[in-house]
Amino acid sequence: MAVLRDELIGLRSMDDMIKARQLVRDCAIFQGLSLVDQTKIVTAASELARNTLVHGGGGEMRLQALNDGPRRGVKVIFADRGPGIPNIELAMKDGYTTRGGLGLGLSGSKRLVNEFSIESQSGKGTTVSIVRWK
Amino acid sequence: MGQNMQLAEEIRKRQDAILKDWMAYQVSALTLRRDLVKESELRETSRQFLELFSEAIGVSTDTSSPSWKPVKDSLAEISQKRAAQGFSPSETATFVLSLKQPLFDLVQQRVGQDGKRLADMLWEFTKLLDHLGLYTTEVYQESREGVISRQQQELMELSTPVVQLWDEVLALPLIGTLDSARTQVVMENLLQRVVETGARIAIIDITGVPTVDTLVAQHLMKTVAATRLMGADCIISGIRPQIAQTIVHLGVNLNDIVTKATLADAFEVALARLGATVSKAASTS
Amino acid sequence: MERIPILKMGPYLLVTIQVDMHDRVAMTLQDELTQRIVSERARGVLLDISSVDVVDSFIGRMIGNIASMSRVLDAETVVVGMRPAVAITLVELGLALPSIRTALNVDAGMTLLKSARKMAGNGRPAR
Repeated sequence: MAVLRDELIGLRSMDDMIKARQLVRDCAIFQGLSLVDQTKIVTAASELARNTLVHGGGGEMRLQALNDGPRRGVKVIFADRGPGIPNIELAMKDGYTTRGGLGLGLSGSKRLVNEFSIESQSGKGTTVSIVRWK
Repeated sequence: MGQNMQLAEEIRKRQDAILKDWMAYQVSALTLRRDLVKESELRETSRQFLELFSEAIGVSTDTSSPSWKPVKDSLAEISQKRAAQGFSPSETATFVLSLKQPLFDLVQQRVGQDGKRLADMLWEFTKLLDHLGLYTTEVYQESREGVISRQQQELMELSTPVVQLWDEVLALPLIGTLDSARTQVVMENLLQRVVETGARIAIIDITGVPTVDTLVAQHLMKTVAATRLMGADCIISGIRPQIAQTIVHLGVNLNDIVTKATLADAFEVALARLGATVSKAASTS
Repeated sequence: MERIPILKMGPYLLVTIQVDMHDRVAMTLQDELTQRIVSERARGVLLDISSVDVVDSFIGRMIGNIASMSRVLDAETVVVGMRPAVAITLVELGLALPSIRTALNVDAGMTLLKSARKMAGNGRPAR
């Protein structure tokens, strides 16, 4: 698998989050994703960037354009050094929320992408990685 | 390497003879598709290839080195063309693999009785041509995969036509089953047409959907929900008796969705909502 | 900070969202819109999101909140102009917003508000 583009940006403020959305959109267009697929990965990235900001106390986003044979895709990785998620299974459930949101951030963004993985260690932080293929 | 240069020179010098032999092997090979390729065309392709080949071998015998790029590009082009024309992988690889025999003959004539040198050189050529053969197959497979995925895409688009029944009324006759990839295409087509036509009502007819399980029902409900978000209403029609039974047995909740047994019924409801009626014209005898 | 303009059109308010919305802008909009509904005695709100290319759960929730709040203030909200890709994504996200009214564009939304008022008979839009 070849990585065509590799960008790293910090997620410290709402402005960063908006910039992150635009970067993901650019990358999805670059990879030739359809409008619906673009919208899905940008929306998922928006959910996860907000999590990084609100729950993780800020962190960073890494964006990669992937080529795997004839398949082209976009991978986004969110990492923070926040408190971590004690119970991932519970956090992945629709409607589970700690801050009065809708509880769709994790479960919803998982439905918007082709690949989703999450790692979290209590006290050390959380890393979420998503891929949408063309 | 001097030896390479010599070899290249030799191939160039005897190009006509090699080409003649090579053509003979290709033509006699059982795998030649006379129905798909003309001999004159094949000769020209082979001649051009041989030229590139002798140039590359003059620089290096390592096919991964940059000097082999023109050879590989040319092979890739041939491979892609054959894949598109419907050649099999072995029919495609025979092109470059049948060059072995003429080249072996050439080596044999040059080296003569020196057994060790002969073996070394034959091994070198075998490796080289096998590499090129494998490369041909790889490209062949890639372009076939490309063809398949394009056809899948076309099939999906073909199988989801959206038709306008009336001013502000669209119909989507679904045929075949609904998986998540197809649902996305169906939704995209339907919503795009809603925007284009300014439709207020979309009728999704599932007469042609063989089974409705929980997953298919979920996909249908997603389509209805997305259409509603755009500002149009959905009616599902074409619910056959067995499907009505399975839906209830599975506990699928379609309560929030207007459902009708036939497309005609759904159309009547749609017209009524728009305040239109269709009646038979009074006889004018 | 940029603000989202609220225009008065007869008894209705038209809100056109055109920026890639900052969470704080969204919160300010809720504040200002509820105030305007009261001060203008508005009977309906048209929320035009035809320029919005991403609606995540936060923005989705804000849209739902605006609809609920204005309903309490006796003004019906119609969300108009949602793009197909946004609609598909929202449904997949799990946010079908079943309680909000929708229309294809501002004209259709206006017609919907007018007919709702007529049907209610007393100048109040019906649910």
